[in-house]
Amino acid sequence: MATAANDVSTKYEAVIGLEVHVQLLTKTKIFCGCPNHFGSEPNSNVCPVCLGMPGALPVLNQQAVEFAVKASQALNLVVNETSIFARKNYFYPDLPKGYQISQFDKPLAERGWIEVTTAEGALKRIGITRLHMEEDAGKSMHEGFADSDAKTYVDLNRTGTPLAEIVSEPEISTPDEAWQYLTKLREIMLYTEVSDCNMEEGSLRCDANVSLRPRGQKALGTKVEVKNLNSFRFVKQALEYEIERQAEALGEGGTIQQETRLYNPGEGRTYTMRTKERAHDYRYFPEPDLLPLIVTAERQAAIRATLPELPEAKRARLIAEYGLSAGDAATLTATRERADLFETEAKLAKSPKRLANIVLSELQGRLKAAEIELEDSPVTLAGARLAADLVEEGKISSKILKELFDHAFEQKLDFPAIYEKEKPQQITDSAEIEKMIDEVIAASPKQVEQYKAGKTTMIGFFVGQIMKASKGKANPAVVNEILVKKLSE
Amino acid sequence: MNLDLLTIEEARGLVQSREVSATALTEAHLARIAEKDGEIGAFLTVTREPALAKAAAIDRLAEKGDPLPPLAGVPVALKDVLMTRGVRTTAGSKFLDHFVAPYDATAVSRLEAAGAISLGKLNCDEFAMGSSNENSAFKPVRNPRDTTRVPGGSSGGAAAAVAAGFAVATLGSDTGGSIRQPAAFCGVVGMLPTYGRVSRYGLIAFASSLDHVGPLTRTVKDAALLLEVIAGRDAQDSTSADVPVAAYSAECGRDVKGLRIGIPREYFAEGLDAEIRAAIERKLDALRGLGCEIVSVSLPHTEYAIPVYYIVATAEASANLARFDGVRYTSRAEHAKTLAEMYRLSRSEGFGAEVKRRILLGTYVLSAGYYDAYYRKAQQVRTLLTRDFQNVFTNVDAVITPVTPTAAFKLGEKTGDPMEMYLSDIYTVTANLVGVPGISLPCGTNKEGLPLGIQILGKHFDEATVLRLAHAVEQVK
Ligand SMILES: [Zn+2]
Repeated sequence: MATAANDVSTKYEAVIGLEVHVQLLTKTKIFCGCPNHFGSEPNSNVCPVCLGMPGALPVLNQQAVEFAVKASQALNLVVNETSIFARKNYFYPDLPKGYQISQFDKPLAERGWIEVTTAEGALKRIGITRLHMEEDAGKSMHEGFADSDAKTYVDLNRTGTPLAEIVSEPEISTPDEAWQYLTKLREIMLYTEVSDCNMEEGSLRCDANVSLRPRGQKALGTKVEVKNLNSFRFVKQALEYEIERQAEALGEGGTIQQETRLYNPGEGRTYTMRTKERAHDYRYFPEPDLLPLIVTAERQAAIRATLPELPEAKRARLIAEYGLSAGDAATLTATRERADLFETEAKLAKSPKRLANIVLSELQGRLKAAEIELEDSPVTLAGARLAADLVEEGKISSKILKELFDHAFEQKLDFPAIYEKEKPQQITDSAEIEKMIDEVIAASPKQVEQYKAGKTTMIGFFVGQIMKASKGKANPAVVNEILVKKLSE
Repeated sequence: MNLDLLTIEEARGLVQSREVSATALTEAHLARIAEKDGEIGAFLTVTREPALAKAAAIDRLAEKGDPLPPLAGVPVALKDVLMTRGVRTTAGSKFLDHFVAPYDATAVSRLEAAGAISLGKLNCDEFAMGSSNENSAFKPVRNPRDTTRVPGGSSGGAAAAVAAGFAVATLGSDTGGSIRQPAAFCGVVGMLPTYGRVSRYGLIAFASSLDHVGPLTRTVKDAALLLEVIAGRDAQDSTSADVPVAAYSAECGRDVKGLRIGIPREYFAEGLDAEIRAAIERKLDALRGLGCEIVSVSLPHTEYAIPVYYIVATAEASANLARFDGVRYTSRAEHAKTLAEMYRLSRSEGFGAEVKRRILLGTYVLSAGYYDAYYRKAQQVRTLLTRDFQNVFTNVDAVITPVTPTAAFKLGEKTGDPMEMYLSDIYTVTANLVGVPGISLPCGTNKEGLPLGIQILGKHFDEATVLRLAHAVEQVK
């Protein structure tokens, strides 16, 4: 690709819209009582309803409604008191009824937004057109069987899994904004606990629409749909590729074909999957087997009352309450569990700020190096809190702290255990410490003079020297106390 | 014991008093089927063994002297669009020739629980699409009153079985007249409950917003007894209503004095057979004698009912029948090379001509560019039809109309002209579009000795008045 990225952005503006399917984490499927569970024996979580047997009828799962409403509210959408299920008609072997029950012209919720930060650092609201409920299809398995060259197998366990389809406005301008939009969307779904958003298991799926138009032009260019985006990183990469590809085509005076393309992450390229010459006519019409879905204002209010504090609000509060930086707050609120855990410990800690620092410096660094998540860390947040308290009380130096953390990770022990085991033989005997201080003072007449002349920061130098002499074992609090006294004599 | 005239009450009475055992009753009916059904063609599947096992169980109950459930020992049969666990269920289609249902329809399990003995599955037009039972993929049904004539459709087997003495009562389904019209042709009683009154769970769908399950019986009271058993809210059907079920059988025999009955002029216009008109007028005179007030009313949008019906019904059918795609069930084309070809061949081979015609029509009216002109417009007119009935029912308690324009026609007489066939439903489709309850009951015979029918329509969920009036109509001579 010859066109340079900044050349693209001066000439063209990208217009991106995202369609996200989120599987709702209900106990049972959307229209029947089968377990909503990933990973079971193929075709084991099925019944006449989700198999689309003749005569079987759907009954709407109210937990799915509750989750979809909750997700809508968290995404700032307006929930319609009346929404209508519709049949979307198409033939495919993993769609047993020959139609998917979805929502069409009257979706559950409309007009919401997610906030992202532009490249220029400004806040920008990306509009969400709608959130509607629908059932998932089954899974066609074209590979992995001895006779896969001749046969396709179908697993209908997934059929009837409740989905929320969330459609953005075409208001995303860059691959990075798309990445942010998705990251925030996932975070919100996780905070509200309506989905586990596991992309590998398909519980969050994303398709992107992207078109280019010359800067300043109002009319939209021809859009291309990109599928097979199995991670947010791939979304970003595929969009970057697609924008350059389209810019190059347009730059050479060509046109863009309206089509669906597949992303190949191995090659970092997109390929034509099907052209829209024969656009699908889904022949939507209201689902006669279901009554209109009514979610009264009272019910909406009751569901809203169960919403947890959402990530943005939590970050703002953590920054204000604990003096964290925006970056630290973001790391500590990456998941609701993590944020809750941090808050629990922060409330108990002698210095929440110190706890935050230790978590971010000592803990996160080592986790990153070991490639494990905080949730799997040998040192828990409760353990980190003990470490923070010990430092805060001056019972251990930062050097010892680092060593203890190293040992905890090596031996896969939590901090309290390693502390008990290796509790440093601290020198707290003031006579012994006094002797060391006297020696340091005697050896550093120049620094003493500076100190006495008012350069009180020199205290750090003396502490350092004494710690060095004691091999880090002198109790810092005792050192400090005696040192200040001696130096003021 | 005259099997042609036996009623539910009589059958149950015989079993309860142990005058006749349920086993003997079942055997007698099975023998009648074996003897006569070769000529009639009402049954697609006879479930002899399970029927006798059930009869034996009922007899054991009767021997103990325990009180028996309401339909104990009553031989019944089921239209083959109702799912019956472990029993072949075909919907009259090649597609389901070897399909064994994995569960029972709600109406079926309620009948079973009430002690009824099912003798088997009844012939019908393929997927309940037809007015003469000539669209069955297996065989036509002949009218027991005149075997050169059709029994009506699509519940032709269900009506014929009652008329021929094969079962005391049957369950049918009615999407545009499919219970009432064959009841009229065969001289039996056929009831259309209010939409939502009887669960559709397990009824193989033709048109979901128009489909009703209902009884075919020899008397109005039998229809009431059967309805009491199958009616009522079912959590498995979201469109089933939570409206209390009255003691319908107690309505039979109640005084009808003071009831106001509407006669919609649009239903007595050109095209109605003179003998049917005269037969209905005789009944109306009799009702006047019983103190009913007969008033002329208007249902002004009636002329649109047939086109609206064929748009709504086919649209829904086109989706409901999409599941028959060759991927599952028994009809898959063998030589298809691609997925598209598999669908095309399987569906071309598996469906009969009428079903294909309706799928095509339904697909067309839902297509981009045609939806507004056909489907949406039809739904708007459906609302107007509903309003017609609401208006009339502010003034009257029930409406009386013909069931069919003519008596039973000959086999083959209308198969060449689908439009003429569709028009034979002209008096029945509106009740399905509006969702009101109705009943078709015998109203004498014509010069050729063929049965004629009369239809009573009532307010939503007011089956009580419909049955009370129907019983009075039945009793007057
Ligand atoms: Zn299921």
